[in-house]
Amino acid sequence: MGLQLAHVAPGRAGVIALDLLLQQGSFTLEIRVVLDARITALFGASGAGKTTILDAIAGLRKPSAGSVVVGSRVIFDSARGVDLAPHRRHVGYVAQEVALFPHMSVRRNVLYGRRENQRLSLQTVADMLEIGPLLDRSVAQLSGGERQRVGLARALMSAPELLLLDEPLAAVDVERRRRILPYLERVRDELAVPIIYVTHDRSEVRQVAEHVVILDHGRIVSTGAPAVAFGA
Amino acid sequence: MDAWHITWFTLATAAVATVLMLPPGLALAWLLARRRFRGRVLLETIVSLPLVMPPVATGLLLLWLFAPLGPAGRALASLGVEVVFTWKAVVLAMTVMGLPLMVRTARAGIEQVDGRFEAAAATLGAGPVRVFFTITLPLARPAIVAGAALGFARALGEFGATVMIAGSIPGATRTLAVGIYSLAETGRDQEAFVLVAISATIAFAALWVSNWLTSRPGAQA
Repeated sequence: MGLQLAHVAPGRAGVIALDLLLQQGSFTLEIRVVLDARITALFGASGAGKTTILDAIAGLRKPSAGSVVVGSRVIFDSARGVDLAPHRRHVGYVAQEVALFPHMSVRRNVLYGRRENQRLSLQTVADMLEIGPLLDRSVAQLSGGERQRVGLARALMSAPELLLLDEPLAAVDVERRRRILPYLERVRDELAVPIIYVTHDRSEVRQVAEHVVILDHGRIVSTGAPAVAFGA
Repeated sequence: MDAWHITWFTLATAAVATVLMLPPGLALAWLLARRRFRGRVLLETIVSLPLVMPPVATGLLLLWLFAPLGPAGRALASLGVEVVFTWKAVVLAMTVMGLPLMVRTARAGIEQVDGRFEAAAATLGAGPVRVFFTITLPLARPAIVAGAALGFARALGEFGATVMIAGSIPGATRTLAVGIYSLAETGRDQEAFVLVAISATIAFAALWVSNWLTSRPGAQA
């Protein structure tokens, strides 16, 4: 199955092929999808399996079967015994709680995963996300919206080939949402990093995503451009 | 009377023992806190054994292991290293007896570290070793310091295992605890009480420092 999908997406940059079977108590996640949009939204109510999918892609949770292909790289394939450790996957992940390291300054957080051959400089990322003035603060001094931007910057500095964002606006009030969305659009438009964006908010999907995968109880209900998928 | 030599010798050997406890102590603490593997309960039991076994029994086991004809002693002897009834035996006894306290305390501290920080570090490209040294260790530091302090305190007071494997040779292996016993045993009560006074002073100072460390603003352990 994984091999078939790898043929469907024969190593084109930016194409992500997911074929996941994962069981967790009474919950079963079973999805098979090829994504080639700049931003794909995973949409669904809580319990639909959105975060589970991100965890499986990042290597934090092991599916019982399937495959994950990012561009030309097979990072997981149960049939061939491929299961790259999270630190070898080059998948950036901003979890819902962001998990900024509390014992490091913002600057050390952002630089933690910097790769040697990184095209992006700290300056570029800091300018794009407007976190320059925050760099010398401690993590405890950041607001919810600032934490999200810093987490995003930290993930970008590790030069990921795929970026996973789990409800980046969930902990942020409505006023700040309007201020953070443009940063995500900037990342989408200025960097060639495909993004998988988890949310349960339709308006966010319409605003940032080109493609949406609608999930319910671990299965794909509908997929397509937001207007089409929601319209159905 | 060589009270000062005994004091210095006890502090020095306990310090060396504490340093020796750290690498295996942290490795075991991490293993028990973060990994699920076959034999985990057995390993946990073996590590804690010196805590509940009579120290003299542990001492006799160590003596058997490290005697010149014992399994470990023979190997060391072929390298020209002699352990029993030398200062190295004192350090060995202190290390073995202090290790369980360090492992238990450090392990509890590592379990308290939120796994999401370690996961985040891994997705940023950090391998397990880097994650341990840059995330787990600093976040568990208060517990690790407390564990080292407990191990050091246990080492300072070590008696049973030490007396079996190192004896009480004045100027060579005599520590405060062993010295107090030996002197009292031979009727030199006054000299024994000098060592008791020194022991009490050190214990008082250690508790003071430990309370100060844990009650300081920002301390977590």
